[in-house]
Amino acid sequence: MNSPRVQTDWASPVMQARVRSRYAKERRFRFMGFAALALAGAFLLFLLGTIFANGYTGFLRTEVKLAVEYDPFTLGIDSSALAGPGGENALNTANFQGVMTAAANARAQTLGIAAKDLVSDGAWLALREAVRTDPGLIGKRVDVWVPTSGDFDLLGKGLIDRAVPEANRPVSDTEVAAFDTLKSDGAVRTTLNTTFLTMADSTSPELAGIWGAAKGSLLTLIVTLLLCFPIGVMTAIYLEEYAPKNRFTDMIEVSINNLAAVPSIIFGLLGLAVFLNFFGMPRSAPIVGGLTLALMTLPVIVIAGRIAIKSVPPSIRDAALGVGASQIQVVFHHVLPLALPGILTGTIIGMARALGETAPLLMIGMRAFVTDVPGGLTTPATVLPVQIFLWSDEVARGFVEKTSAAIIVLLVFLMLMNGLAIYLRNKFEKRW
Amino acid sequence: MATMTASAEATVSSQPKMTARDVKVFYGEKQALNGVSIDVHTDLVTAFIGPSGCGKSTFLRCLNRMNDTIDAARIVGRIELEGHDIYAPDMDVVQLRARVGMVFQKPNPFPKSIYENVAYGPRIHGLASSKAELDAIVEQSLVRASLWNEVKDRLQDSGTALSGGQQQRLCIARAIAVDPEVILMDEPCSALDPIATAKIEELIDDLRGRYAIVIVTHNMQQAARVSQRTAFFHLGTLVEYGDTAEIFTNPREQRTKDYITGRFG
Repeated sequence: MNSPRVQTDWASPVMQARVRSRYAKERRFRFMGFAALALAGAFLLFLLGTIFANGYTGFLRTEVKLAVEYDPFTLGIDSSALAGPGGENALNTANFQGVMTAAANARAQTLGIAAKDLVSDGAWLALREAVRTDPGLIGKRVDVWVPTSGDFDLLGKGLIDRAVPEANRPVSDTEVAAFDTLKSDGAVRTTLNTTFLTMADSTSPELAGIWGAAKGSLLTLIVTLLLCFPIGVMTAIYLEEYAPKNRFTDMIEVSINNLAAVPSIIFGLLGLAVFLNFFGMPRSAPIVGGLTLALMTLPVIVIAGRIAIKSVPPSIRDAALGVGASQIQVVFHHVLPLALPGILTGTIIGMARALGETAPLLMIGMRAFVTDVPGGLTTPATVLPVQIFLWSDEVARGFVEKTSAAIIVLLVFLMLMNGLAIYLRNKFEKRW
Repeated sequence: MATMTASAEATVSSQPKMTARDVKVFYGEKQALNGVSIDVHTDLVTAFIGPSGCGKSTFLRCLNRMNDTIDAARIVGRIELEGHDIYAPDMDVVQLRARVGMVFQKPNPFPKSIYENVAYGPRIHGLASSKAELDAIVEQSLVRASLWNEVKDRLQDSGTALSGGQQQRLCIARAIAVDPEVILMDEPCSALDPIATAKIEELIDDLRGRYAIVIVTHNMQQAARVSQRTAFFHLGTLVEYGDTAEIFTNPREQRTKDYITGRFG
């Protein structure tokens, strides 16, 4: 026989100590959680802060005012040639470089520097655009704002430390003096860098643009999405709703889970071997990039799709079957609409991962130096993360800000995609 | 007791709607049902009672082949709907389920509007040729499920926004809308409060005669109230099947007697 239990004394010192230690444990845990969160937040802030501080100047450019004479003789065309149907052609063959060089030389001489240090190699493009919009300019002498050279651009943005000895900085004292003269004349200004947002890569930082890479990313992702979404969702539906549960389907499930964990560079090698070497598809093309990324994203979508389909309550399937819906009606009328938010979220997460992927695209040649905005799925292109990688490798000081600016563009892309995911999820979830 | 006299008359008259002969169900290696034979009549409500895990729901789900969705389930024996073997290869499962409707334990309206819930069945089976006809079917079904007066002004509201009892009546309306011959109810009141339960029971009584109704219930009083025929299942075996009044007042088997007097279960 047991002796009767002693009444618990909740007020005893032992019990009090227990209570205190319990509270202390709870406080410690809460503090550690908060500390972890604060640390993560600090890192994020630091990262974003550095990128934005370095990158925002990438969206700006320095321009210098030059007196340009649109001399018909140097250009080799006159305003009448531009009017007809051959106008575009005439514009493209006209010698705007000559006009630009003349104007730049004239100004540079007064400052005692070389013309190439004053204006950008591509400054003449600004002249061509001006004439395109107003053919009446030919034969006239007007003041035009043209982009400065890369070094003057850095000077204009204050990115060159003047305290550094002359030998150790990219610009000479004469050039600094010339820049200051221009500045005091009001002949220098900082404007939005439209080139950066509309052009493709270039060897000169002041002419390099992100649009080529952004469009390459866009085209690649479109190919990926068009392939992945239907195939992935159909696979998920088949595996969840139709496939018998046996050893074979178990093996497929394991394989899909393993595929999702395969390093992406392996997919790049696969793309290289299959799409380029076996099928002979064009190198560096968005279509090949899209196909390769599709291989990589497919398992992610299948897994997300299966989870979403699995989470639809079985009672809904029973209800539909109970009124005599066929299997396909159950799937398309009931299961899929309810699983769609989850499938879309999974898809967009997969696409976001594909957007940030670099390694597999290096293998299929998308790290090429492409100076044209890609026109189609088979023209050579590069993508945002690869562009960032390429620019971070450049020697010229001007590419530092371009790299950060490109990262900003990539982040904006990602945020837009995540925003879309949240929007779609909320939109379709309302039906529940 | 009105039900007693009604049952006595009906037993003699009607032809069975569904007949089951020696139905056995296996889940993998495990046998869940050992040779059940039952007749279901149109004018009668048949109740299946028995403790949990006795096979009554399993058997109910055989009657419209809902067990087909369970991979491991295997059924032997013969179940006929008006003389046709429902497990015959030429039997179309979709049509079978349209003719043998089902109401589930937990109210499971589609996450769509009340109207869409009821209209779904007729629409997929092409039972209405026009919008007006579909509207009429929806109204009639909701009236029969005695839900019309409560929802007629908000047919476009979500079916899931209704109360539990209303949801279950919506599910009954959804089953009625396809105009089935048999309605199977799998513990339709187990998730409902007593007032909602009373409404459903009243409704079952109203529907009797038009549809053959089979109801699985844990609640013996409910079986006594709504049914004319009762089948008592225990451990996968049909212990006793007969007129409800007979089963409850004068059971032949000792096990039935023990169960209905609350000795076990």
